[in-house]
Amino acid sequence: MINIKSDFPIFRGQKDLVYLDSTATTLKSQSVINAVSDYYSNYSANVFRGVYKISEKATEEYEKAREKVANFIGAKVEEIIFLRNTTEALNLIYYSWAQNYIKKGDVVLTSIMEHHSNFVPWQQLCKQKGAEFKIFDIDENGKLILHKSLLTNVKLLALTHVSNVLGTINPVKEIIKQVRLANPNCVVVVDGAQAVPHMKINVVDLDCDFYCFSGHKMLGPTGIGVLWGKKILLDGMTPFNYGGEMISRVTVEKTDFKQIPYKFEAGTPHIAGAIALGTAIDYLSKIGMDKVRKHEIEITDYALKELSKVDKLKIYGPTLAVERGGVIAFTIEGIHPHDIAQILDSENICIRSGNQCAMPLHQKLGIAASARASFYIYTTKNDIDKLVLGLKKVIWTFTEK
Amino acid sequence: MDIYREIILDNYNHPHNFGRILKPTVSSGQNNPSCGDDISMDIIVKNNLITDIKFHGLGCAISIASASLLTENVLGKNIDQINMMNKDDILKLLGITLTPTRLKCALLPLEVLHKTISLIQ
Repeated sequence: MINIKSDFPIFRGQKDLVYLDSTATTLKSQSVINAVSDYYSNYSANVFRGVYKISEKATEEYEKAREKVANFIGAKVEEIIFLRNTTEALNLIYYSWAQNYIKKGDVVLTSIMEHHSNFVPWQQLCKQKGAEFKIFDIDENGKLILHKSLLTNVKLLALTHVSNVLGTINPVKEIIKQVRLANPNCVVVVDGAQAVPHMKINVVDLDCDFYCFSGHKMLGPTGIGVLWGKKILLDGMTPFNYGGEMISRVTVEKTDFKQIPYKFEAGTPHIAGAIALGTAIDYLSKIGMDKVRKHEIEITDYALKELSKVDKLKIYGPTLAVERGGVIAFTIEGIHPHDIAQILDSENICIRSGNQCAMPLHQKLGIAASARASFYIYTTKNDIDKLVLGLKKVIWTFTEK
Repeated sequence: MDIYREIILDNYNHPHNFGRILKPTVSSGQNNPSCGDDISMDIIVKNNLITDIKFHGLGCAISIASASLLTENVLGKNIDQINMMNKDDILKLLGITLTPTRLKCALLPLEVLHKTISLIQ
C-alpha cells in the first residue's frame, strides 16, 4: 500500500480531511504547487515571443512538458495539443473534425455511460447533420453490451475509457478492433479523463484516432488538458480558435496557419498549468503507473467489501475491483444522495452527490441521483473505514427514533 | 449537522400535503438539474385564496421538508401575500441556515409555488 499523504499539503492544514472525490478533481502534491509557484515567481514570461532569457526558459519548460505528456501516453510530441480540459478537447473534435466530416445518414456511435461532455456534442451533431445517433447499452453489472449490429456504417465512435460513475473499464482496444473491422474509415474518439490518471495508457496500442484527458484529475492544475490526435487527421482539420501564435503568415488577403500542434493553440496558453502537469507526470512516473493501479485495486476491493456490509446500500457497476477504476457510485434506500453527502461533510468526508454529469446513465439505472466515493494514490483503508462509519451515522440520522 | 433537526426529518419522513388534487385550479412542477429533485404542486384557488394545496415528487430531506412546511404555511393565504414570499421566509420556516448549493433545494418548492400561481388566469 502506498501512503503518501505527507506529499499533499492540504493534509497538513486539515489532518482529518477524508477526500473521496478524486474523480471530480484530485488534490495537488507539493511538487506541483511548487512548479506553478516557480513559474510565476521566477520566469513568468510569455512563450515563443521573447528572445530574452526568461522567455526562452518559459518556452523550454512548456515544450518539455509537452514531451513528458507525449512519453506518458506513448505519442509523438507534435500530436500533443494543450487545451483547457477534456471538455474543450472533445469540443475541438466536434467543431474542427466532425462538423466537416459527418454527413446525413452517417452513424455516430457512443454509449449510455458517457459523461455529458462525450454525449451532448455527438447528440447535437446528429441532430444538426441528420446523422444517426446510436448507443451501446449496459448490462446489470454496468458493462457495455457490444451488439455487433450497432457497428454497421459507423463513421464516428466516441467512447469513454473508464466510466466516471460505474467505474467500468471498457475493453476499448477490443472494441476499436471490431469497429475498424466493420468500418475501416471509422474515426474513434476516446474520453480518457478517468483512465490516464489511473493506469498505463498507450494511444498507439489502443489504435484510437483521438484521446482526451484533463490535467486536474491527475494531480495537475485546473485549466490544462490534452488532446492527442493522429497527425494525418489533425493536419486536415481547420483551426478551432484563430489568433496569435497559430499563424505562420498573415497578409491583408490571407492567412497561413502553423503546423500542429500550434495550429490549435491560439493565444497565450496556460503556461504554468502545462509545466505543472509535466511535474505531476514526473510524480506519477516516479511512483510508477503499475503501482498506482495496484494501489487503487486494493483500495477499491476493500471499499467494495466494506460498503456491501452497509444496510440498504446499493452499489452500481462491476462487482470486481480489477474490472473498475477507483470509483464507487451508490445509493441508500430512502435517503437522498445530497443528504448522504451533507451528513458526511459534517464528519469532514468529501464525496460527490447528484447526477455526476451523466443523466442518461442515471435514467438507465432508474435513479435521479447517486452518491459517489472515488479514490486516488493518497487514499488509505483508514479513509474507507471513516466513510463506512460516516454512512452509519447517515443511516442513524434518518432512522425514526 | 444541525440542519437535520427533528422538524426537518419529521417533515421529510411524514410530509404534510403530500399527494395529488383531483381537479386543481392550476398545477405545475419544476426540477433541480444538479440533484434531480423534482417537485410538482396542485392548487385550488377560490376568491384569490388558496383553499387546498398538495405537492408530489422526489427530493432530498431539505426540499421535501421545505415543500411540507411551505404548503402548510400558505394554506388559506391570498395570492398577493404568497407572491411576496422570499428566501428569508423559507429559511424562517425551516429554522436553519444553508450553504448556497443546499439553498437551491430549500427554495425549489417556493419556485414551484410561484410558477404555479403565475399560471392562474
